[in-house]
Amino acid sequence: MSDHELRVSKIRDGTVIDHIAAGQALNVLAILGIDADSGETVSVGMRVPSDRLGTKDIVKVEGRELSQDEVDVISLIAPAATINIVREFDVAEKHRVERPAEVAGVLSCPNRRCITTEDEPVESRFDVLDDGIRCQYCGTIVREGIADHIDVR
Amino acid sequence: MRHDHVISAKDLSREGIEEVLDRAAEVAADPAAARGRQAGTLLGLCFFEPSTRTKMSFTAAMKRLGGDVVDMGSVESSSVTKGESLADTVRVVEGYADALVLRHPSEGSAKMASEYVDVPLINAGDGAGQHPTQTLLDLYTIRKSAGLDDLTIGVMGDLKYGRTVHSLAHALTNFDARQHFVSPESLQLPRSVRYDLHEAGASIREHTDLTEVLPELDVLYVTRIQRERFADETEYRAVAGEYQIDADTLAAARDDLTVMHPLPRVDEIAHDVDETDHATYFQQAHNGVPMRMALLDLLLGGDR
Ligand SMILES: [Zn+2]
Repeated sequence: MSDHELRVSKIRDGTVIDHIAAGQALNVLAILGIDADSGETVSVGMRVPSDRLGTKDIVKVEGRELSQDEVDVISLIAPAATINIVREFDVAEKHRVERPAEVAGVLSCPNRRCITTEDEPVESRFDVLDDGIRCQYCGTIVREGIADHIDVR
Repeated sequence: MRHDHVISAKDLSREGIEEVLDRAAEVAADPAAARGRQAGTLLGLCFFEPSTRTKMSFTAAMKRLGGDVVDMGSVESSSVTKGESLADTVRVVEGYADALVLRHPSEGSAKMASEYVDVPLINAGDGAGQHPTQTLLDLYTIRKSAGLDDLTIGVMGDLKYGRTVHSLAHALTNFDARQHFVSPESLQLPRSVRYDLHEAGASIREHTDLTEVLPELDVLYVTRIQRERFADETEYRAVAGEYQIDADTLAAARDDLTVMHPLPRVDEIAHDVDETDHATYFQQAHNGVPMRMALLDLLLGGDR
């Protein structure tokens, strides 16, 4: 076991999101809807030394496997992230995030005149562009600060 | 395009556009032949904000096809005030009609509504978003007056908030059009629209002064600059005044220049232009009926 892996405790069952761009761990938690009131056991490492990235953030969530929608949005703010599904202390699955063609849910449209921000049964839906995302309903493009539009659940 | 939704001018292909325009030209040439083609068919009108002209134009088109309309009525008198969602409203109303026309103040509302219904849904304006039937009648008017091939068009006025302009610009990327956009700097095309036009490989140029391009234009499309876009009356008057035209302005234009406007106008086109051969805006408004007849007939699967 290498030195930096010791900084955060091992988990029994759950997900380790590794190789998050430094400084984005709290945004990853927001994507997962984890805040002070959530029940999960969560370990967060910020600016951990990394061979690949210089420094990186790492998030370990006990007792939870991520949905595809959540992984898709994580890929937008942490394109180098790896998702490790842990079962009985072992990494059962490991994969890199992939930038999807579209993301559904999780983010909300910043255009307050957009139908998806109203009390309708519809989920937000964005096309993923080379340099941002675009609301499929109203066409609004978000380039910077995608993490600012995480829907607070 | 049978049994399809008409949500955005962006969804219209060149073939789709030409199919509607060809049919509209046939209808205009022989209106009697279209009469009765949609006998017994009902069009549901869901107008969540007032737009008397658009509603009248759809009603006239449907009735001239021999069909009829059922109208949700004004928002004040309907269940919307009781907090019903749009998704629920359209799912109820689709049971009353063979196709729906929706006008709603929220952007993306027509796209969302179309995901909940099985009958064709036509977007008659979703806030600052899309208004594809206005675009089709604009294209029909341009084709009739100037032709859509090898077109040089100038679009002037409020290009930032003017959805008519955005839809038309998208649609024109299907044709070999050179598009010039003339506006004050504060009202230039929004980033998302410019992005799309570049993606579509459109030939566009932006100007602040009409005289730079007026002599080359086949069509000048004028839109209104709204008072509320400016901090104060003085600034508004100074800026808007730069983008008003009269018969003298048009002396520098080609003799066959077509001047269009989605109406209503206020003072951006002086009344002395009405008397010139350039004025095409009333014809443009009238063209809405044969174009909507053609569109409805195609969507509702009218037999010829
Ligand atoms: Zn939106």
